Amino acid sequence: MQAPVNGFLMSTDRRPMLLMTPALLWLFGLMVVPCLLILVLAFFRRGIYGGIEYTWTFENIALVFDPLYFQIFMKSAGIAGLSAAIACVLGYAAAYAIAAMPRRHQPLLLFFAVLPFWSNYLVRTYAWIVLLNREGLIVNLARWIGYEGELPSMLYTEQAVVIGLVYNYLPFVILSCYAPLSRLSPEIAEASRDLGGSAWTTFRRVTLPMTVPGIATGFVFVFVLSIGNFVTPALLGGGQFQMIGNLVYAQFLTANDWPFGAALSMVLIAVMLGLLMGQAVVAERASGGKRAPDG
Amino acid sequence: MADRNTFRLMLLILGVVFAFLYIPISVLVGLSFNEGGLPTAWTGFSTKWYGALLENDDILKAAGNTLIVAVFSTLLSTILGTLLAVGVEIRRRNGKWLETVIFAPMIIPDIVLAIALLSMFSLMGVKMGLHTIIVSHVVFNLAFVCAVVRARLKSFDWSIVEASADLGGSTLNTLRRVVIPVLMPAIIAGALLAFTLSVDEFIIAFFTAGAGRSSITLPMQIFAMIRFGVTPEINALATLVMSVSVVALALSQRLNKGGLPGQ
Repeated sequence: MQAPVNGFLMSTDRRPMLLMTPALLWLFGLMVVPCLLILVLAFFRRGIYGGIEYTWTFENIALVFDPLYFQIFMKSAGIAGLSAAIACVLGYAAAYAIAAMPRRHQPLLLFFAVLPFWSNYLVRTYAWIVLLNREGLIVNLARWIGYEGELPSMLYTEQAVVIGLVYNYLPFVILSCYAPLSRLSPEIAEASRDLGGSAWTTFRRVTLPMTVPGIATGFVFVFVLSIGNFVTPALLGGGQFQMIGNLVYAQFLTANDWPFGAALSMVLIAVMLGLLMGQAVVAERASGGKRAPDG
Repeated sequence: MADRNTFRLMLLILGVVFAFLYIPISVLVGLSFNEGGLPTAWTGFSTKWYGALLENDDILKAAGNTLIVAVFSTLLSTILGTLLAVGVEIRRRNGKWLETVIFAPMIIPDIVLAIALLSMFSLMGVKMGLHTIIVSHVVFNLAFVCAVVRARLKSFDWSIVEASADLGGSTLNTLRRVVIPVLMPAIIAGALLAFTLSVDEFIIAFFTAGAGRSSITLPMQIFAMIRFGVTPEINALATLVMSVSVVALALSQRLNKGGLPGQ
């Protein structure tokens, strides 16, 4: 006789697997398979008319490290790194400030800090075109104050791209930094002060080290999303320079070199995985490595 | 007292960061109501730019497409994501690979998933259109629905499931009559989240829409318009799109006190 009582709860039961199957099949067919396909595609040759020739080659991977393209990779990494660093400084400061407010106000402040993050990415980027363009608000503001001289173009520059990336991803950093900051009990900081630590020392030696995982998460997130970004460079960089995302885009939609595009994305994924693993290590260290391995 | 100065500093930081976050959006919203339509001068309040949107067939068509994509991908991902969440939480002991697969759609760069899907569809000879955008959107949407529902399941009282079983409820009945109703706020919150994500999603839609203009979505339309510069119509359209997200999210947040993923 079957035991219906515990069946539903038992982890050995097959029924949970049954519930998961449709979604897992979906993810398998429309995420795992396509990504594996990219992996394979990267090792094929490009056909003469832009098709794919099914002979193995390492040329595409080698081409990624060709100075011409590798320089774009480094530039993307530089822009992504700068954006991530700025977002972390601003985001950490904001999260720290939110955590310092009275407890009952914190959820609302956090909600409003994150709200822009959930609105349309294109719209948020467009908002900066409105501000930065030649006839934009900032130029007008400068004229209104009485600045007569020629203003350097602000839109379609590297700085504009960095501003756009920081603006778009800042809310996430605020979230990721707020989590560990809000868990920090005030007694710990108090203990440090009682032992004679100044406010700055307390922050530097106690608060900051305990909240590093949040910063690492934020940094990796912004970096990963920035290095592969193609919307922001296309709109705020205005084709002045290319980032990896734009290069990938071009391989698929204009240059028609899918194998090379696939190789570029593969390297992108490798960088991403490397960073995520690094972040996991940071998190592990911060928790004192006490967490039992799961699974 | 030093504490008061610290507090003032904190307020200052908050002021600066919130100004940075909200001034650009506010300028956009403000300009969309500016009669003259130019950022140079305020010439009076007007909703004429919103009226202009209603006469733009391209935009209406794109909005219709977006609605179709969002509704269907939300329905599919809500069902799949909820079942996934319940299954995962019942199993409790899940391998790392499983967690990775479920979490992956949230972190894979859009461009990578977009080209991967494009490659697969075209190599398989699938004709692309709204249907391919829908199935592609389900990939990341179901991950978000699953995350929201799982968050709720963490505080779920499993003893009510036992009680239902003790009273003779079958698995299916228990799921339908006990588990799903308790989870309903989280499910709706997840669905609203999926809806906004789908309405706003650009890159994957852009790559999986296929050639031609017939399956252009609103973000694709906006992207095309933005490239030609700033116009009052875009300001109005951007304001509308933003309002939809904000309303859906505020609702989602209200329903689901557990908060958004990551919160």
